[in-house]
Amino acid sequence: MGETLLFVNILTVFVLAIFVGFEVITKVPPILHTPLMSGSNAISGITIIGAILAVGTGRQTLTVALGLAALVCATINVVGGFLVTHRMLSKFRKKD
Amino acid sequence: MDRAIISNLAYLVAAALFIVGLKGLTHPRSAVRGNLLGAVGMLLAVVVTLLQQEILGFEVILAGILIGSLVGAVLALRIQMTAMPQLVGLFNGFGGAASVLVAGAVLVQAIAAVTAAATVSLQFTVATAASGLIGAVTFFGSLVAFGKLQGLVTERPIRYPGEQIVKLLVLLTALVFGVLVVRDPADTNLYWYLVAAGSLLGILLVIAIGGADMPIVIALLNSYSGLAAAATGFVLSNNILIIAGSLVGASGIILTQIMCRAMNRSLANVLFGGVGAVIEDARQDDIYAGKVTATSAEEVAMILKTARRVVFVPGYGMAVARAQTPVRLLTELMEKDGIEVEFGIHPVAGRMPGHMNVLLAEENISYDKLCEMDQINPSFPQTDVTIVLGANDVVNPIARQTSGNPIAGMPILDVDKSRTVVVIKRSLAAGFAGIPNPLFAADNTLMLFGDGKKAMDELVAAYKEA
Repeated sequence: MGETLLFVNILTVFVLAIFVGFEVITKVPPILHTPLMSGSNAISGITIIGAILAVGTGRQTLTVALGLAALVCATINVVGGFLVTHRMLSKFRKKD
Repeated sequence: MDRAIISNLAYLVAAALFIVGLKGLTHPRSAVRGNLLGAVGMLLAVVVTLLQQEILGFEVILAGILIGSLVGAVLALRIQMTAMPQLVGLFNGFGGAASVLVAGAVLVQAIAAVTAAATVSLQFTVATAASGLIGAVTFFGSLVAFGKLQGLVTERPIRYPGEQIVKLLVLLTALVFGVLVVRDPADTNLYWYLVAAGSLLGILLVIAIGGADMPIVIALLNSYSGLAAAATGFVLSNNILIIAGSLVGASGIILTQIMCRAMNRSLANVLFGGVGAVIEDARQDDIYAGKVTATSAEEVAMILKTARRVVFVPGYGMAVARAQTPVRLLTELMEKDGIEVEFGIHPVAGRMPGHMNVLLAEENISYDKLCEMDQINPSFPQTDVTIVLGANDVVNPIARQTSGNPIAGMPILDVDKSRTVVVIKRSLAAGFAGIPNPLFAADNTLMLFGDGKKAMDELVAAYKEA
Protein backbone atom coordinates (compact mmCIF):
# COMPACT_ATOMS: atom_id res chain seq x y z
CA MET A 1 0.00 0.00 0.00
CA GLY A 2 2.75 2.44 0.96
CA GLU A 3 4.42 1.95 -2.38
CA THR A 4 1.22 2.63 -4.30
CA LEU A 5 0.52 5.73 -2.25
CA LEU A 6 4.02 7.04 -3.01
CA PHE A 7 3.40 6.41 -6.69
CA VAL A 8 0.10 8.28 -6.61
CA ASN A 9 1.84 11.15 -4.84
CA ILE A 10 4.57 11.55 -7.43
CA LEU A 11 2.07 11.03 -10.23
CA THR A 12 0.14 13.96 -8.77
CA VAL A 13 3.29 16.09 -8.83
CA PHE A 14 3.95 15.04 -12.44
CA VAL A 15 0.48 15.91 -13.74
CA LEU A 16 0.34 19.23 -11.89
CA ALA A 17 3.82 20.18 -13.11
CA ILE A 18 2.74 19.58 -16.72
CA PHE A 19 -0.24 21.88 -16.20
CA VAL A 20 2.04 24.52 -14.67
CA GLY A 21 4.39 24.16 -17.65
CA PHE A 22 1.58 24.76 -20.13
CA GLU A 23 0.27 27.76 -18.16
CA VAL A 24 3.66 29.39 -17.71
CA ILE A 25 4.83 29.04 -21.29
CA THR A 26 1.73 29.71 -23.42
CA LYS A 27 2.63 33.24 -24.48
CA VAL A 28 6.21 33.44 -25.68
CA PRO A 29 7.06 36.14 -28.22
CA PRO A 30 8.79 34.54 -31.24
CA ILE A 31 11.94 36.58 -30.66
CA LEU A 32 12.52 34.53 -27.50
CA HIS A 33 11.86 31.08 -28.96
CA THR A 34 15.53 30.12 -29.16
CA PRO A 35 16.52 31.32 -25.67
CA LEU A 36 13.41 29.67 -24.21
CA MET A 37 14.38 26.44 -25.87
CA SER A 38 18.00 26.48 -24.79
CA GLY A 39 17.13 27.74 -21.29
CA SER A 40 14.51 25.06 -20.75
CA ASN A 41 16.95 22.57 -22.23
CA ALA A 42 19.42 23.48 -19.49
CA ILE A 43 16.71 22.83 -16.91
CA SER A 44 16.10 19.38 -18.39
CA GLY A 45 19.70 18.69 -17.38
CA ILE A 46 18.18 18.17 -13.91
CA THR A 47 19.10 14.53 -14.48
CA ILE A 48 22.42 15.73 -13.01
CA ILE A 49 20.81 15.09 -9.61
CA GLY A 50 20.11 11.48 -10.56
CA ALA A 51 23.68 11.14 -11.82
CA ILE A 52 25.14 12.46 -8.55
CA LEU A 53 22.96 10.04 -6.58
CA ALA A 54 24.03 7.14 -8.81
CA VAL A 55 27.74 7.89 -8.38
CA GLY A 56 27.48 8.85 -4.72
CA THR A 57 25.41 5.91 -3.53
CA GLY A 58 26.46 3.31 -6.10
CA ARG A 59 27.95 0.15 -4.69
CA GLN A 60 28.43 -1.56 -8.05
CA THR A 61 31.39 -0.51 -10.17
CA LEU A 62 29.14 -0.52 -13.22
CA THR A 63 26.64 1.78 -11.50
CA VAL A 64 29.37 4.25 -10.60
CA ALA A 65 30.81 4.14 -14.13
CA LEU A 66 27.43 4.68 -15.80
CA GLY A 67 26.59 7.36 -13.25
CA LEU A 68 29.84 9.16 -13.95
CA ALA A 69 29.21 9.13 -17.70
CA ALA A 70 25.71 10.47 -17.01
CA LEU A 71 27.15 13.12 -14.71
CA VAL A 72 29.49 14.42 -17.42
CA CYS A 73 26.69 14.48 -20.03
CA ALA A 74 24.22 16.18 -17.70
CA THR A 75 26.77 18.77 -16.58
CA ILE A 76 27.60 19.67 -20.18
CA ASN A 77 23.86 20.08 -20.75
CA VAL A 78 23.35 22.25 -17.66
CA VAL A 79 26.44 24.45 -17.77
CA GLY A 80 26.51 24.80 -21.56
CA GLY A 81 22.76 25.41 -21.73
CA PHE A 82 22.59 28.19 -19.14
CA LEU A 83 25.76 29.87 -20.45
CA VAL A 84 24.74 29.87 -24.09
CA THR A 85 21.28 31.17 -23.17
CA HIS A 86 22.86 33.97 -21.19
CA ARG A 87 25.14 34.77 -24.10
CA MET A 88 22.20 34.98 -26.49
CA LEU A 89 19.99 36.98 -24.15
CA SER A 90 22.68 39.55 -23.50
CA LYS A 91 22.44 40.39 -27.21
CA PHE A 92 18.71 41.12 -27.12
CA ARG A 93 18.62 44.83 -26.58
CA LYS A 94 16.18 47.58 -27.27
CA LYS A 95 17.89 50.61 -28.73
CA ASP A 96 16.32 54.04 -28.47
CA MET B 1 16.04 18.07 11.25
CA ASP B 2 16.37 15.06 8.99
CA ARG B 3 18.65 15.72 6.04
CA ALA B 4 16.16 14.16 3.66
CA ILE B 5 13.57 16.72 4.75
CA ILE B 6 16.00 19.58 4.29
CA SER B 7 16.99 18.40 0.82
CA ASN B 8 13.35 17.96 -0.24
CA LEU B 9 12.53 21.46 0.98
CA ALA B 10 15.50 22.76 -0.99
CA TYR B 11 14.21 20.88 -4.05
CA LEU B 12 10.90 22.66 -3.57
CA VAL B 13 12.70 26.01 -3.64
CA ALA B 14 14.61 24.91 -6.74
CA ALA B 15 11.35 23.90 -8.45
CA ALA B 16 9.87 27.32 -7.66
CA LEU B 17 12.99 28.97 -9.12
CA PHE B 18 12.62 26.93 -12.31
CA ILE B 19 8.99 28.00 -12.70
CA VAL B 20 9.72 31.67 -12.04
CA GLY B 21 12.76 31.43 -14.30
CA LEU B 22 10.79 29.94 -17.20
CA LYS B 23 8.13 32.60 -16.71
CA GLY B 24 10.89 35.20 -16.98
CA LEU B 25 12.07 33.71 -20.25
CA THR B 26 8.75 34.65 -21.84
CA HIS B 27 9.51 38.39 -21.87
CA PRO B 28 12.57 40.15 -23.28
CA ARG B 29 12.98 42.43 -20.28
CA SER B 30 12.92 39.67 -17.68
CA ALA B 31 14.60 36.95 -19.76
CA VAL B 32 18.18 37.42 -18.52
CA ARG B 33 17.01 37.30 -14.92
CA GLY B 34 14.78 34.32 -15.66
CA ASN B 35 17.69 32.34 -17.02
CA LEU B 36 19.83 33.26 -13.99
CA LEU B 37 17.06 32.16 -11.61
CA GLY B 38 16.93 28.82 -13.39
CA ALA B 39 20.69 28.46 -13.00
CA VAL B 40 20.49 29.34 -9.29
CA GLY B 41 17.77 26.72 -8.85
CA MET B 42 19.98 24.13 -10.51
CA LEU B 43 22.98 25.06 -8.36
CA LEU B 44 20.86 24.82 -5.22
CA ALA B 45 19.57 21.38 -6.19
CA VAL B 46 23.10 20.12 -6.94
CA VAL B 47 24.64 21.46 -3.72
CA VAL B 48 21.86 20.05 -1.55
CA THR B 49 22.20 16.65 -3.22
CA LEU B 50 25.94 16.65 -2.61
CA LEU B 51 25.36 17.38 1.09
CA GLN B 52 23.16 14.33 1.62
CA GLN B 53 24.56 11.98 4.20
CA GLU B 54 24.84 8.90 2.07
CA ILE B 55 26.77 10.54 -0.75
CA LEU B 56 30.30 9.17 -0.97
CA GLY B 57 33.10 9.54 -3.48
CA PHE B 58 33.16 13.33 -3.64
CA GLU B 59 36.39 13.31 -5.64
CA VAL B 60 34.83 11.32 -8.47
CA ILE B 61 31.69 13.47 -8.48
CA LEU B 62 33.62 16.72 -8.48
CA ALA B 63 35.88 15.43 -11.25
CA GLY B 64 32.80 14.58 -13.34
CA ILE B 65 31.24 17.97 -12.71
CA LEU B 66 34.51 19.70 -13.52
CA ILE B 67 34.95 17.90 -16.85
CA GLY B 68 31.33 18.49 -17.84
CA SER B 69 31.47 22.16 -16.86
CA LEU B 70 34.65 22.69 -18.83
CA VAL B 71 33.31 21.05 -21.98
CA GLY B 72 29.95 22.82 -21.66
CA ALA B 73 31.52 26.22 -21.05
CA VAL B 74 33.97 25.93 -23.94
CA LEU B 75 31.18 24.88 -26.31
CA ALA B 76 28.83 27.62 -25.11
CA LEU B 77 31.37 30.45 -25.21
CA ARG B 78 33.40 29.51 -28.27
CA ILE B 79 30.63 28.63 -30.69
CA GLN B 80 29.75 31.05 -33.48
CA MET B 81 26.23 32.44 -33.30
CA THR B 82 25.55 30.99 -36.75
CA ALA B 83 26.17 27.49 -35.36
CA MET B 84 23.57 27.94 -32.63
CA PRO B 85 20.94 25.48 -33.97
CA GLN B 86 23.34 22.54 -33.93
CA LEU B 87 24.68 23.47 -30.50
CA VAL B 88 21.19 23.60 -29.00
CA GLY B 89 20.51 20.24 -30.65
CA LEU B 90 23.71 18.79 -29.22
CA PHE B 91 23.02 19.96 -25.64
CA ASN B 92 19.57 18.42 -25.97
CA GLY B 93 21.17 15.12 -26.88
CA PHE B 94 23.42 15.16 -23.82
CA GLY B 95 20.33 15.53 -21.62
CA GLY B 96 18.78 12.47 -23.26
CA ALA B 97 21.98 10.45 -22.88
CA ALA B 98 22.17 11.34 -19.18
CA SER B 99 18.66 9.97 -18.64
CA VAL B 100 19.52 6.69 -20.38
CA LEU B 101 22.69 6.28 -18.33
CA VAL B 102 21.14 7.18 -14.97
CA ALA B 103 18.25 4.76 -15.47
CA GLY B 104 20.74 2.05 -16.49
CA ALA B 105 22.98 2.75 -13.50
CA VAL B 106 20.09 2.64 -11.04
CA LEU B 107 18.73 -0.54 -12.63
CA VAL B 108 22.08 -2.32 -12.21
CA GLN B 109 22.21 -1.21 -8.59
CA ALA B 110 18.63 -2.22 -7.81
CA ILE B 111 18.98 -5.67 -9.36
CA ALA B 112 22.12 -6.35 -7.33
CA ALA B 113 20.18 -5.44 -4.18
CA VAL B 114 17.23 -7.69 -4.95
CA THR B 115 16.75 -10.45 -2.38
CA ALA B 116 14.02 -12.98 -1.77
CA ALA B 117 12.26 -10.44 0.42
CA ALA B 118 12.83 -7.25 -1.56
CA THR B 119 11.93 -6.87 -5.22
CA VAL B 120 11.77 -3.89 -7.54
CA SER B 121 8.42 -2.19 -8.01
CA LEU B 122 6.36 -1.93 -11.17
CA GLN B 123 6.73 1.85 -11.13
CA PHE B 124 10.50 1.43 -11.10
CA THR B 125 10.64 -0.97 -14.04
CA VAL B 126 8.13 0.89 -16.20
CA ALA B 127 9.88 4.20 -15.54
CA THR B 128 13.27 2.65 -16.29
CA ALA B 129 12.03 1.36 -19.63
CA ALA B 130 10.51 4.77 -20.44
CA SER B 131 13.75 6.61 -19.55
CA GLY B 132 15.76 4.25 -21.69
CA LEU B 133 13.47 4.54 -24.70
CA ILE B 134 12.77 8.30 -24.63
CA GLY B 135 16.34 9.12 -23.68
CA ALA B 136 17.80 7.02 -26.50
CA VAL B 137 15.43 8.54 -29.09
CA THR B 138 16.40 12.00 -27.81
CA PHE B 139 20.13 11.34 -27.87
CA PHE B 140 20.41 9.74 -31.29
CA GLY B 141 17.70 11.96 -32.80
CA SER B 142 19.64 14.99 -31.60
CA LEU B 143 22.91 13.60 -32.94
CA VAL B 144 21.37 13.20 -36.40
CA ALA B 145 19.86 16.70 -36.17
CA PHE B 146 23.31 17.99 -35.21
CA GLY B 147 24.83 16.16 -38.17
CA LYS B 148 22.28 17.62 -40.57
CA LEU B 149 22.72 21.16 -39.28
CA GLN B 150 26.49 20.88 -39.25
CA GLY B 151 26.45 19.53 -42.80
CA LEU B 152 27.79 16.09 -41.86
CA VAL B 153 24.55 14.41 -42.95
CA THR B 154 22.54 15.51 -45.96
CA GLU B 155 19.88 18.13 -45.23
CA ARG B 156 17.53 16.48 -47.72
CA PRO B 157 15.09 14.05 -46.15
CA ILE B 158 16.31 10.49 -46.61
CA ARG B 159 13.32 8.48 -47.74
CA TYR B 160 12.99 4.95 -49.07
CA PRO B 161 10.22 2.53 -49.97
CA GLY B 162 8.59 0.92 -46.95
CA GLU B 163 10.01 3.60 -44.71
CA GLN B 164 6.97 3.92 -42.44
CA ILE B 165 6.80 0.13 -42.02
CA VAL B 166 10.47 -0.01 -41.05
CA LYS B 167 9.95 2.71 -38.45
CA LEU B 168 6.84 0.99 -37.14
CA LEU B 169 8.71 -2.32 -36.81
CA VAL B 170 11.58 -0.67 -34.93
CA LEU B 171 9.08 1.05 -32.62
CA LEU B 172 7.33 -2.26 -31.97
CA THR B 173 10.66 -3.95 -31.28
CA ALA B 174 11.50 -1.22 -28.78
CA LEU B 175 8.11 -1.62 -27.10
CA VAL B 176 8.54 -5.40 -26.91
CA PHE B 177 11.90 -4.96 -25.20
CA GLY B 178 10.23 -2.42 -22.92
CA VAL B 179 7.65 -5.02 -21.86
CA LEU B 180 10.44 -7.59 -21.37
CA VAL B 181 12.35 -5.15 -19.13
CA VAL B 182 9.24 -4.74 -17.01
CA ARG B 183 8.59 -8.49 -16.81
CA ASP B 184 12.17 -9.55 -16.19
CA PRO B 185 14.20 -6.61 -14.84
CA ALA B 186 16.86 -9.00 -13.47
CA ASP B 187 18.17 -9.52 -16.99
CA THR B 188 19.76 -6.10 -17.41
CA ASN B 189 20.83 -6.91 -20.96
CA LEU B 190 17.22 -6.43 -22.01
CA TYR B 191 17.48 -2.79 -20.96
CA TRP B 192 20.43 -2.22 -23.29
CA TYR B 193 18.60 -3.96 -26.16
CA LEU B 194 15.74 -1.55 -25.49
CA VAL B 195 18.18 1.37 -25.62
CA ALA B 196 19.62 0.06 -28.89
CA ALA B 197 16.17 -0.15 -30.46
CA GLY B 198 15.35 3.36 -29.19
CA SER B 199 18.61 4.67 -30.66
CA LEU B 200 17.79 3.20 -34.06
CA LEU B 201 14.31 4.71 -33.85
CA GLY B 202 15.78 8.14 -33.07
CA ILE B 203 18.08 7.92 -36.09
CA LEU B 204 15.32 6.76 -38.46
CA LEU B 205 12.86 9.42 -37.29
CA VAL B 206 15.18 12.39 -37.77
CA ILE B 207 17.07 11.24 -40.86
CA ALA B 208 13.78 11.40 -42.79
CA ILE B 209 13.29 15.07 -41.88
CA GLY B 210 14.42 17.80 -44.24
CA GLY B 211 16.20 21.00 -43.28
CA ALA B 212 13.19 23.30 -43.39
CA ASP B 213 11.32 21.11 -40.90
CA MET B 214 14.23 21.26 -38.46
CA PRO B 215 12.62 23.90 -36.21
CA ILE B 216 9.81 21.46 -35.46
CA VAL B 217 12.16 18.56 -34.80
CA ILE B 218 14.44 20.61 -32.55
CA ALA B 219 11.43 21.76 -30.51
CA LEU B 220 10.11 18.19 -30.31
CA LEU B 221 13.47 16.79 -29.16
CA ASN B 222 13.58 19.56 -26.57
CA SER B 223 10.28 18.26 -25.25
CA TYR B 224 11.54 14.67 -25.25
CA SER B 225 14.64 15.55 -23.23
CA GLY B 226 12.29 16.93 -20.57
CA LEU B 227 10.08 13.87 -20.64
CA ALA B 228 13.13 11.60 -20.36
CA ALA B 229 14.23 13.53 -17.26
CA ALA B 230 10.71 13.20 -15.80
CA ALA B 231 10.76 9.44 -16.46
CA THR B 232 14.10 9.24 -14.65
CA GLY B 233 12.37 11.09 -11.81
CA PHE B 234 9.88 8.22 -11.58
CA VAL B 235 12.79 5.76 -11.51
CA LEU B 236 14.26 7.53 -8.50
CA SER B 237 10.91 8.67 -7.03
CA ASN B 238 12.46 12.12 -7.02
CA ASN B 239 10.14 15.13 -7.22
CA ILE B 240 12.62 17.70 -8.56
CA LEU B 241 13.41 15.57 -11.60
CA ILE B 242 9.73 15.04 -12.26
CA ILE B 243 8.84 18.73 -11.90
CA ALA B 244 11.74 20.11 -13.93
CA GLY B 245 11.33 17.40 -16.56
CA SER B 246 7.61 17.97 -17.03
CA LEU B 247 8.03 21.76 -17.20
CA VAL B 248 10.47 21.31 -20.06
CA GLY B 249 8.33 18.62 -21.66
CA ALA B 250 5.33 20.97 -21.65
CA SER B 251 7.26 23.96 -22.98
CA GLY B 252 8.75 21.84 -25.76
CA ILE B 253 5.30 20.62 -26.79
CA ILE B 254 3.99 24.19 -26.90
CA LEU B 255 6.90 25.30 -29.10
CA THR B 256 6.31 22.30 -31.35
CA GLN B 257 2.65 23.27 -31.70
CA ILE B 258 3.54 26.87 -32.53
CA MET B 259 5.94 25.67 -35.23
CA CYS B 260 3.40 23.23 -36.70
CA ARG B 261 0.73 25.91 -36.80
CA ALA B 262 3.14 28.25 -38.60
CA MET B 263 3.45 25.64 -41.33
CA ASN B 264 -0.21 24.61 -41.31
CA ARG B 265 0.84 21.01 -40.82
CA SER B 266 0.20 18.39 -38.20
CA LEU B 267 3.06 16.92 -36.23
CA ALA B 268 2.34 13.51 -37.78
CA ASN B 269 2.65 15.07 -41.23
CA VAL B 270 6.05 16.53 -40.35
CA LEU B 271 7.33 13.26 -38.91
CA PHE B 272 5.87 10.90 -41.49
CA GLY B 273 4.74 13.09 -44.39
CA GLY B 274 6.46 13.50 -47.70
CA VAL B 275 7.23 17.23 -47.97
CA GLY B 276 10.73 18.04 -49.05
CA ALA B 277 11.05 15.58 -51.89
CA VAL B 278 12.02 17.41 -55.07
CA ILE B 279 8.99 17.81 -57.29
CA GLU B 280 9.80 18.18 -60.96
CA ASP B 281 7.40 20.84 -62.04
CA ALA B 282 6.85 21.48 -65.73
CA ARG B 283 4.86 24.61 -64.95
CA GLN B 284 7.98 26.36 -63.73
CA ASP B 285 8.80 27.66 -67.21
CA ASP B 286 5.23 28.89 -67.74
CA ILE B 287 5.35 30.82 -64.50
CA TYR B 288 8.73 32.44 -64.97
CA ALA B 289 9.15 32.69 -68.76
CA GLY B 290 9.65 36.28 -69.85
CA LYS B 291 8.16 37.70 -66.65
CA VAL B 292 11.17 37.82 -64.33
CA THR B 293 12.82 41.23 -64.00
CA ALA B 294 16.46 41.19 -62.98
CA THR B 295 17.95 44.24 -61.33
CA SER B 296 21.29 45.60 -60.10
CA ALA B 297 22.54 46.80 -56.74
CA GLU B 298 22.69 50.37 -58.11
CA GLU B 299 19.05 50.32 -59.19
CA VAL B 300 17.91 48.94 -55.83
CA ALA B 301 19.98 51.58 -54.03
CA MET B 302 18.20 54.32 -56.01
CA ILE B 303 14.80 52.90 -55.12
CA LEU B 304 15.76 52.63 -51.46
CA LYS B 305 16.88 56.27 -51.40
CA THR B 306 13.35 57.40 -52.24
CA ALA B 307 11.63 55.00 -49.86
CA ARG B 308 10.01 55.96 -46.59
CA ARG B 309 9.51 52.49 -45.22
CA VAL B 310 11.61 49.37 -45.90
CA VAL B 311 11.06 45.86 -44.54
CA PHE B 312 13.64 43.08 -44.55
CA VAL B 313 12.37 39.50 -44.72
CA PRO B 314 15.27 37.21 -43.81
CA GLY B 315 15.32 33.45 -44.25
CA TYR B 316 17.73 30.59 -43.83
CA GLY B 317 19.65 31.84 -46.87
CA MET B 318 20.77 34.86 -44.85
CA ALA B 319 22.24 32.57 -42.20
CA VAL B 320 23.99 30.38 -44.78
CA ALA B 321 25.50 33.37 -46.59
CA ARG B 322 26.29 35.08 -43.26
CA ALA B 323 24.79 38.25 -44.70
CA GLN B 324 23.50 39.67 -41.41
CA THR B 325 26.34 42.18 -40.98
CA PRO B 326 25.73 44.07 -44.27
CA VAL B 327 22.00 43.93 -43.43
CA ARG B 328 22.73 45.79 -40.23
CA LEU B 329 25.02 48.28 -42.05
CA LEU B 330 22.36 49.04 -44.65
CA THR B 331 19.74 49.37 -41.90
CA GLU B 332 21.88 51.94 -40.10
CA LEU B 333 22.52 53.90 -43.29
CA MET B 334 18.83 54.01 -44.20
CA GLU B 335 17.80 54.99 -40.68
CA LYS B 336 20.28 57.86 -40.83
CA ASP B 337 18.37 59.03 -43.91
CA GLY B 338 15.12 58.91 -41.97
CA ILE B 339 13.82 55.71 -43.57
CA GLU B 340 11.76 53.48 -41.30
CA VAL B 341 13.25 49.96 -41.32
CA GLU B 342 11.65 46.87 -39.83
CA PHE B 343 12.14 43.12 -40.06
CA GLY B 344 9.37 40.66 -40.85
CA ILE B 345 10.18 37.27 -39.42
CA HIS B 346 8.26 34.10 -40.19
CA PRO B 347 8.01 31.73 -37.19
CA VAL B 348 9.73 28.88 -39.04
CA ALA B 349 12.38 30.93 -40.86
CA GLY B 350 15.72 29.24 -40.29
CA ARG B 351 16.62 25.96 -38.71
CA MET B 352 15.37 26.39 -35.15
CA PRO B 353 12.56 28.35 -33.53
CA GLY B 354 13.63 32.00 -33.31
CA HIS B 355 16.77 31.47 -35.42
CA MET B 356 16.57 34.79 -37.34
CA ASN B 357 16.01 36.79 -34.16
CA VAL B 358 19.16 35.41 -32.58
CA LEU B 359 21.26 36.26 -35.66
CA LEU B 360 19.88 39.81 -35.90
CA ALA B 361 20.16 40.42 -32.16
CA GLU B 362 23.81 39.38 -32.40
CA GLU B 363 24.17 42.28 -34.86
CA ASN B 364 22.79 44.64 -32.22
CA ILE B 365 19.55 45.27 -34.04
CA SER B 366 16.97 46.48 -31.55
CA TYR B 367 14.43 43.75 -30.78
CA ASP B 368 11.43 46.05 -31.20
CA LYS B 369 12.25 46.15 -34.93
CA LEU B 370 12.00 42.35 -35.18
CA CYS B 371 8.31 41.92 -35.97
CA GLU B 372 6.37 38.69 -35.99
CA MET B 373 4.18 37.72 -38.91
CA ASP B 374 0.78 38.89 -37.63
CA GLN B 375 2.28 42.19 -36.57
CA ILE B 376 4.03 43.03 -39.85
CA ASN B 377 1.53 41.68 -42.38
CA PRO B 378 -0.97 44.59 -42.19
CA SER B 379 1.88 47.04 -42.87
CA PHE B 380 3.03 45.64 -46.23
CA PRO B 381 0.61 47.78 -48.32
CA GLN B 382 2.24 50.85 -46.75
CA THR B 383 5.75 49.51 -47.33
CA ASP B 384 7.74 51.03 -50.20
CA VAL B 385 10.38 48.33 -50.51
CA THR B 386 10.52 44.82 -49.06
CA ILE B 387 13.86 43.07 -49.34
CA VAL B 388 13.52 39.28 -49.26
CA LEU B 389 16.88 37.82 -48.33
CA GLY B 390 17.26 34.06 -48.51
CA ALA B 391 13.59 33.28 -47.87
CA ASN B 392 11.39 31.50 -50.39
CA ASP B 393 8.52 29.26 -49.31
CA VAL B 394 7.44 31.59 -46.47
CA VAL B 395 6.76 34.39 -49.01
CA ASN B 396 5.21 32.19 -51.73
CA PRO B 397 1.71 33.54 -52.57
CA ILE B 398 0.45 30.15 -53.75
CA ALA B 399 0.32 29.15 -50.08
CA ARG B 400 -2.90 31.21 -50.05
CA GLN B 401 -4.57 28.56 -52.20
CA THR B 402 -6.52 26.13 -50.10
CA SER B 403 -5.19 23.00 -51.73
CA GLY B 404 -3.20 21.60 -54.62
CA ASN B 405 0.36 22.28 -53.48
CA PRO B 406 2.60 21.19 -50.59
CA ILE B 407 2.43 24.54 -48.77
CA ALA B 408 -1.28 25.26 -49.34
CA GLY B 409 -2.78 26.98 -46.32
CA MET B 410 0.56 27.84 -44.73
CA PRO B 411 0.47 31.34 -43.24
CA ILE B 412 2.92 33.53 -45.19
CA LEU B 413 4.38 37.02 -45.08
CA ASP B 414 2.36 39.16 -47.51
CA VAL B 415 5.43 40.75 -49.10
CA ASP B 416 3.77 40.83 -52.55
CA LYS B 417 1.45 43.57 -51.24
CA SER B 418 4.30 46.05 -50.82
CA ARG B 419 5.01 48.57 -53.58
CA THR B 420 8.31 47.03 -54.65
CA VAL B 421 9.73 43.65 -53.69
CA VAL B 422 13.44 42.98 -54.08
CA VAL B 423 14.34 39.31 -53.89
CA ILE B 424 18.00 38.54 -53.31
CA LYS B 425 18.65 34.99 -54.45
CA ARG B 426 21.26 32.99 -56.35
CA SER B 427 18.88 31.69 -58.99
CA LEU B 428 15.24 30.88 -59.61
CA ALA B 429 15.72 27.47 -57.97
CA ALA B 430 12.79 26.22 -55.93
CA GLY B 431 12.77 26.45 -52.16
CA PHE B 432 12.55 23.56 -49.76
CA ALA B 433 8.98 22.72 -50.74
CA GLY B 434 10.20 22.12 -54.30
CA ILE B 435 7.66 24.38 -55.98
CA PRO B 436 8.02 27.52 -58.14
CA ASN B 437 7.29 30.88 -56.55
CA PRO B 438 5.04 33.23 -58.59
CA LEU B 439 6.32 36.12 -56.46
CA PHE B 440 9.53 36.12 -58.55
CA ALA B 441 7.50 36.77 -61.69
CA ALA B 442 5.20 39.42 -60.19
CA ASP B 443 5.13 42.89 -61.80
CA ASN B 444 6.33 44.62 -58.64
CA THR B 445 9.18 42.16 -57.99
CA LEU B 446 12.82 42.77 -58.91
CA MET B 447 15.29 39.89 -58.71
CA LEU B 448 18.79 40.72 -57.49
CA PHE B 449 20.66 37.56 -58.40
CA GLY B 450 23.76 36.61 -56.42
CA ASP B 451 25.17 35.28 -53.18
CA GLY B 452 23.37 36.87 -50.21
CA LYS B 453 26.46 38.32 -48.57
CA LYS B 454 28.00 39.59 -51.79
CA ALA B 455 24.75 41.13 -53.00
CA MET B 456 24.19 42.85 -49.67
CA ASP B 457 27.78 44.15 -49.61
CA GLU B 458 27.28 45.59 -53.09
CA LEU B 459 23.97 47.09 -52.04
CA VAL B 460 25.60 48.81 -49.06
CA ALA B 461 28.33 50.23 -51.30
CA ALA B 462 25.81 51.35 -53.95
CA TYR B 463 23.60 52.96 -51.31
CA LYS B 464 26.54 54.96 -49.97
CA GLU B 465 27.26 56.29 -53.47
CA ALA B 466 23.69 56.90 -54.54
